[in-house]
Amino acid sequence: MSDTFVSLQKLSLAYGQTLVVPDLDLDIRKGELIALLGPSGCGKTTTMRAIAGLMAPQSGHILIDSQDVTRVPANKRGIGLVFQSYALFPHLSAFENVAFGLRLKKLANSDITKRVDQGLETMGLAHLAKRKPDDMSGGQQQRLSLARSLVMEPKVLLLDEPLSNLDARLRLDMRLELQRVQRETGITMVFVTHDQAEALALADRIVLMKDGKIEQLGTPDELYNAPQTRFAADFLGFQNIFEVVDQTIIGEGNALPLSFQTTARYLAWRPGAVALEKGEYEGTIKGVSFAGEQREFVIEAPIGQVKAATPAANPQHQIGETIRFHLPSEGACELSH
Amino acid sequence: MNNKFASHLIIGLTLTFLIGPFLIIILAGLSAGDFMTFPPDGISLKWYIKVFTVESFRESFWLSMFLAVFGTICALVLGIPAAYAISRYDLPYSETIKTIVAAPIIVPGIIVGLALLRYLVVPLNFTVTLALFMAHTALVLPYAVRVVSSSLNNLRADIEEAAVLLGCTRLGAFMRVVLPNIRSGVLAAFILGFVTSFNQVPVSLFLSGPGVRTLPIDMLGYMEITYDPSVAALSALLAFLSVAIVFVAEKFLGFSRYV
Repeated sequence: MSDTFVSLQKLSLAYGQTLVVPDLDLDIRKGELIALLGPSGCGKTTTMRAIAGLMAPQSGHILIDSQDVTRVPANKRGIGLVFQSYALFPHLSAFENVAFGLRLKKLANSDITKRVDQGLETMGLAHLAKRKPDDMSGGQQQRLSLARSLVMEPKVLLLDEPLSNLDARLRLDMRLELQRVQRETGITMVFVTHDQAEALALADRIVLMKDGKIEQLGTPDELYNAPQTRFAADFLGFQNIFEVVDQTIIGEGNALPLSFQTTARYLAWRPGAVALEKGEYEGTIKGVSFAGEQREFVIEAPIGQVKAATPAANPQHQIGETIRFHLPSEGACELSH
Repeated sequence: MNNKFASHLIIGLTLTFLIGPFLIIILAGLSAGDFMTFPPDGISLKWYIKVFTVESFRESFWLSMFLAVFGTICALVLGIPAAYAISRYDLPYSETIKTIVAAPIIVPGIIVGLALLRYLVVPLNFTVTLALFMAHTALVLPYAVRVVSSSLNNLRADIEEAAVLLGCTRLGAFMRVVLPNIRSGVLAAFILGFVTSFNQVPVSLFLSGPGVRTLPIDMLGYMEITYDPSVAALSALLAFLSVAIVFVAEKFLGFSRYV
């Protein structure tokens, strides 16, 4: 792709003898906000650290802006990283935290003051310039950490679990903040998260990782609506995944006829896609829970547990009740493996 | 009621035994007589003044000062990197290393002193001052490592990576980000090391030679010959010095957090 800005080529990453990421290829476009998504241990953080230069790859190459930076040390790579814990310098004021990198560049004092003031201003921290990080709230600390990275005008900005330490309201604020930064600076951003909702809400593209390999790469829409594998489907909230053999769905040694034609090896439905009260299958309700707008049911069926959800206003069902249900072709996601 | 009385009694006795000797020393030094007696034989400041005129006290005081200041600095120069390595890296034998570093305070001073005398001073012809310096450095090292380690353990490790990504070298990150944040721990280690070294007797006892004695050893020697109150006066002055140092440290550094 011509607008590739960051390119990982056959990248292998290991901690000692443990190979965490084998042979990873990934192209990130200029100005893109990309999410590395996956469960803990999938290699997403390791990949991010390799891009930053904090760990050396065993083999493979990292190209940034067409230049091979594989052997360029972290302090010369010009990449910003917002740490999960923010990693602010506790002995320095907010102003000096932001000025830290600029001072190392030996810029003129007036220049530093101007850029730091502007950086703090953009993040809404101008009035806190003299504060120490420990005297700031979590949200303020994160914005300070962001300002400290951005003032260096990095080629790429990496963010490690940027929303995980914030409460729900601050999370939304920070999401908007990151999108604004991306819009205004056009900077290429890579963020690491284990939270699918975070990735879906924020990213232009999502890289779903499993065991150091890319399981699926696509836009939030593609991943949400069309996961291609059982792992991807499970990670993105398809709670009913069944094997398909000869137009029947298999589970717990039982087979039930499928009501439509498919060539897929596996089929998956979100709880909301399962139709209740009518249909060709029957099961016993094992659990009911109220989740605000909808009510969630766990149904014990011959093929195993089926999770269903209906609008909360629909008729109530009790635990122990026998209920009919339907697995429709619309809402069924076809999986290859 | 009885309980309260008992606990007051215990506290009172403890304080008496801890502070009592100190008071006796102060008062004995104030005596106007020629011998160390308690209660003092009249009151005068003459022994407190005499302390400053005794030549050997002056010399041994400066030797003790030299050992305490430079021995502690040397222990810190060795101990800070050691503490850093122990707290930041997953070293293969870190428990063993910690034990070895702590050894000088676990092994009785008499043995340390004898060993240094037998294996360094006598066969290798080390000068007494050099042997004393090495001994004091080794004795202070465990405190330096321990106090600086606890300070490092309270400091996030990722701020160093943050500094590197902002353009620092690893060494630069240590100097600009780690050192300023463990400064109070280093100062606390210095004070603790200084006091430990200055008050050291058993090791110094073996290593002191003619003309080269630390102040506590010199005081012991002086007392063997002359039993006048000047040693009491000097002891009181040294005790005040220690108290003053610890007081200042506690006030400005919250010293007790590190020890």
